Amino acid sequence: MSQANPSVGQWALWRDRLLKLQSDKPHLVLLGLMLFLAFLAMDPATWFVLTISGMAMGTMLFLMASGMTLTFGLMSVLNLAHGAFISLGAFVGAVMLTGALGVYTVSPSLGWNLLAILPALFAAMAVAGVVGWLFEVIVIKPVYGDHLKQILVTVGGSIVLIQLIEVTWGANEIPVPRPGALRGAFVIEDWVPLIGGLVMEKFRMVALILGLTVYGLMLWVIDRTRLGILVRAGVENREMVEIQGYRIGLLFLGVFIAGSALAGLGGAMWGMYREIITAHMGEELMISVIVIIILGGLGSIRGCFYGALLVGLINLYIGYIEPRLAAVATVGLMVGVLMWRPQGLIPVIKV
Amino acid sequence: MSEPILTLTGVHADIDQYHILHGIELQVPRGELTVLLGRNGAGKSTTLRTIMGLTKVPRGSVTFNGKDITSWSTSRIARAGIAFVPENMGIFGQLTVRENLVLAGTHGPLDQARLDWLFDLFPPLKKFWDRPAGNLSGGQKQMLAIARAMVEPRDLLLVDEPTKGLAPAIIDDLATAFEELKAREVSILLVEQNFSFSRRLGQTVAVMNDGQVVHSGTMAELAQDSALQQDLLGLGLGAHQ
Ligand SMILES: Nc1ncnc2c1ncn2[C@@H]1O[C@H](COP(=O)(O)OP(=O)(O)OP(=O)(O)O)[C@@H](O)[C@H]1O
Ligand SMILES: [Mg+2]
Repeated sequence: MSQANPSVGQWALWRDRLLKLQSDKPHLVLLGLMLFLAFLAMDPATWFVLTISGMAMGTMLFLMASGMTLTFGLMSVLNLAHGAFISLGAFVGAVMLTGALGVYTVSPSLGWNLLAILPALFAAMAVAGVVGWLFEVIVIKPVYGDHLKQILVTVGGSIVLIQLIEVTWGANEIPVPRPGALRGAFVIEDWVPLIGGLVMEKFRMVALILGLTVYGLMLWVIDRTRLGILVRAGVENREMVEIQGYRIGLLFLGVFIAGSALAGLGGAMWGMYREIITAHMGEELMISVIVIIILGGLGSIRGCFYGALLVGLINLYIGYIEPRLAAVATVGLMVGVLMWRPQGLIPVIKV
Repeated sequence: MSEPILTLTGVHADIDQYHILHGIELQVPRGELTVLLGRNGAGKSTTLRTIMGLTKVPRGSVTFNGKDITSWSTSRIARAGIAFVPENMGIFGQLTVRENLVLAGTHGPLDQARLDWLFDLFPPLKKFWDRPAGNLSGGQKQMLAIARAMVEPRDLLLVDEPTKGLAPAIIDDLATAFEELKAREVSILLVEQNFSFSRRLGQTVAVMNDGQVVHSGTMAELAQDSALQQDLLGLGLGAHQ
């Protein structure tokens, strides 16, 4: 019994730490919990592959969702046409890869392949960004501050954009060839003692690295630059940003263009990942996008990133354990998180 | 005497469907501190917000530095040289103290000498430099709010009830800051309920009631005339000595 007291003290200490962790860093707790539970539910090699793949999927979803969370956070604009920009990016990327850059994509050299992917992604971003610019000025600007009108107008705008994509590139599905060196998988035998051999799709690694790079860049802009301070300030209190002499309308426009470009980038990546695209793919992805931005806390870039990772991971884990439940799991995740934290994982405080 | 820096002529203002200001006549002399007094709900805050272009002005005009700014956007008015500290202070709680000040400096990097001056006036700003401003106490937030308006030279400062809810010692610090601004001949329009504070600082005074300016004159005159105080503000003699 003499040892009971210190150990009770220890236990209380750990409990307090844990409670603090779950209130300060709920996203890390949830991520850790999910990784751990999945690890118990499958063999280590499968777990490793699914985890990397889920994170790759998550970072692509993050690219698509980040623009939407920022436009909502900053301007409280509900842009339900965001999905159309995802499709647009996918088509522009695919057309570049099969058309102008075709010579490089069929080459078996990884260097040439990457050199082809980058301009294709830039083109996707540029076209989505320019269309986003027009869309903001023509469709969004007249309905600032009115959510009902925003829903009606952006759903209409979405239909128009998707029709335009179909008129331009046809209504059928288009196959997207992956560049030569990025087809197939790395096969590693007896790689790590615990995990053993594994098969890892190459493109997912590229997607993961690219997604993490963009996330890092965005964090740098948001955390370190004056523009980032301005965006965070605008999310918190628009009026005060104007009172300090900044033209909030220009900031809105800039963020909207960036958000559309990111949707285009995510769409182009997704197209290469799925190897097949349709004009409606963006709309189908919007459910995940909306779950992610609500899960993460509207307007929060970090929250959006972790929300996207969680959605990507749960999709693949549950898809492996019980495929029929994969779609339900995503929504279940959101409902569970909202019951625990109604403002999302990393809420943004507004005035 | 030179032109007033700010003149409101017959200004009406609407918020939604409500008609709040009914023909304000107000002049803020250049290089002086003008106090705007009045009972709760008289329209003082609305007057400041109207100057900043934050309400609709169906009639009347606002002239600043000889320019008619009535229909200008808020950001343009700010860039023309008016700083505004609203009643709720408008601190960005998620930003650090440093970031709040960086954003307030619209002409580029902050001037170190001016920053040191602000640190002298408000030491907590230096101490909590890299902390989220949302964690500051009410008084420290008010210091930050005023420091933001001072971080670059401005022609006119509009400050809404800076002493609200603050302890006497901090109110003293704020008074010192306003004295220093006066010494630098910054024009200030201050809304203030604390009469001993406003009497100490104010050179000119305007009193509002029900959306109109009902009295304007020098502070010295009002400070000596307790019958007038009683009449305009309902202040008991000696209650706020
Ligand atoms: N958003 C609003 N909607 C409707 N009425 C408003 C609004 N804001 C202010 N008012 C009304 O306008 C009048 C003037 O308000 P204002 O805030 O300017 O008064 P004030 O002199 O600053 O008062 P206080 O000393 O209490 O701060 C009040 O009658 C108030 O009820
Ligand atoms: Mg007021």
